[in-house]
Amino acid sequence: MKTEALAWKQIKSSGYLYLIFLVPLVYFLIFKYGPMFGILIAFKDYNVFQGVLNSEWAGWKHFESFIFDPYFWKLVRNTLLLNIYMILFYFPAPIILALLLNEIRFTAFKRVVQSISYLPHFLSTVVVAGMLVNFLATDGLINQIIASLGFNKIQFLMLPEWFRTIYISSDIWQKIGWGSIIYLAALSGVDPHLYEAAKMDGANRFKQAIHVTLPGISSVIMILFLLTLGDLMSIGFEKILLLYTGPTYETADVISTFVYRRGLLGADFSYGAAVGLFQSVISFLLIVGANYAARKRNATSLW
Amino acid sequence: MNLKAIKAGKIFDAANMLFLIALCITILYPIYHMFIVSISDGHAVLRGDIKLWPVSPSWDTYKAVLKDPDILNSYKNTFLYTTTGTLINVTLTAFCAYPLARKKFYGRSFFAVLIIFTMFFEGGIIPEYIVIDALGLINTMWAIVLPPAIHVFYMIIMRTFFQQIPEEIYESAYIDGANDLRIFFRIILPLSVPVIATITLFYLVWHWNSFFPALMYLNEKSQYPMQLIMRNIVIAGNVAAQESAAASMNAMITGQNIKYAVIIVTIAPILVVYPFIQKYFVKGMMVGSLKG
Repeated sequence: MKTEALAWKQIKSSGYLYLIFLVPLVYFLIFKYGPMFGILIAFKDYNVFQGVLNSEWAGWKHFESFIFDPYFWKLVRNTLLLNIYMILFYFPAPIILALLLNEIRFTAFKRVVQSISYLPHFLSTVVVAGMLVNFLATDGLINQIIASLGFNKIQFLMLPEWFRTIYISSDIWQKIGWGSIIYLAALSGVDPHLYEAAKMDGANRFKQAIHVTLPGISSVIMILFLLTLGDLMSIGFEKILLLYTGPTYETADVISTFVYRRGLLGADFSYGAAVGLFQSVISFLLIVGANYAARKRNATSLW
Repeated sequence: MNLKAIKAGKIFDAANMLFLIALCITILYPIYHMFIVSISDGHAVLRGDIKLWPVSPSWDTYKAVLKDPDILNSYKNTFLYTTTGTLINVTLTAFCAYPLARKKFYGRSFFAVLIIFTMFFEGGIIPEYIVIDALGLINTMWAIVLPPAIHVFYMIIMRTFFQQIPEEIYESAYIDGANDLRIFFRIILPLSVPVIATITLFYLVWHWNSFFPALMYLNEKSQYPMQLIMRNIVIAGNVAAQESAAASMNAMITGQNIKYAVIIVTIAPILVVYPFIQKYFVKGMMVGSLKG
């Protein structure tokens, strides 16, 4: 009884807080929970004229149709492979850059490198894709260099085997600097006494980096790794949308670009929503599972 | 430490610096390359002669690009979407963060979970499209500026900042007869200028660079933001309009000149202000990473 009375008193005294909160709450209900409610159409035959509620129920029809579609599994493969390569090649890049920057004692130099490396983060996806399309064209910068070295020109954006390399290396180019900020922040928190102690024990700089610096930032690495795992089934899809061409669908087409093409452009709303739901659920399970595993091992977790 | 270790350390330092310089060149040269191609003579561009310096530079390409009605109009649209969108973003983010930062706000952990859940699970683009359509927002500016109104991560950054404001401030304000609304506008917001400035910058850049919402929700060319017009010119290669404008000026301008000039025109505002505001972005990231 007592806590209830207290709660009531608190509510009454924070009327203005509820008033302020009303607008954001309505926003989240309409623009975030509204679409979640709209997921219903994945189980219906959505018809624009009948709306979400009145369209006919279709059960698991749409799910069955994509699960037995070999092209769907190609999409899953492409999405997973792109993400696995991202984890292998992109994920360590900002950590390495942070460690290298940490070894620079000449602060002015360090600051200039940092400022330059953050810059591409502020370029839009369209700009980066535009640069890639033009640099990789047969008469573009890259092929000019290749030709001047005496090799044959390559039609990069027409060849499926090049797509992943292009996608991942341009991501590294764009995000390595910005991604390193969080690790540099963590590095500045490592206790300097630990380095003194390591030096006393005869550890050289390489050993200090392995035994003092890396463990010092391991919790940040863990958190970012968990977040990356949660994104395993979705991928920066705007860049793919801008870069892929008919011939490269073989490796470039992923779940989200397919949902956009088939669901929205092809107006196959229910089917698109079903594929999208499949993707959201797997992502959610992945992040919850990874977080559970991290907690069980007593490591850092998201919640 | 022995001499050998010191020597190895010096070699490492030199290699490290060389590597970082190479990284900087890899980042800067492509941007520089686009700039020198855009101002060079078209014949030299076609021959692939532009390496380190522009060849017979002129501003004709930029004149042709900036005369183009579609490009000018898209710039205007982007300006409108960016300012309106950012205003909505910052207002709603603060309105959301402030109550959630107050201990007396009953139900705040419930609301926080409700909001943070949307970071990890979402309806997907098709249901979102249906909601926007049902609200009648297709082909209006509101389809661009309303759906991304609150970025949960920035909201958390702002809440963390608000939480660091000591409780005594509220108590003395209550004694002076102020209510929570007044405290918010008169005390909390003025105290939070640094975090609000940083988050404003984040939102500004986001809107400036945004392209997918426009692709999804806008069908009229007159409403396109410049990122969408740029995509049509730079990636799809629709440069005919600008080429004819250039031809009327008697200048030798290739599609390549035009494409790179369009890219430079879109990134110029960012490049110009970047050196001055960069540190605020970094600070924002740091605040966010403390309790992200």
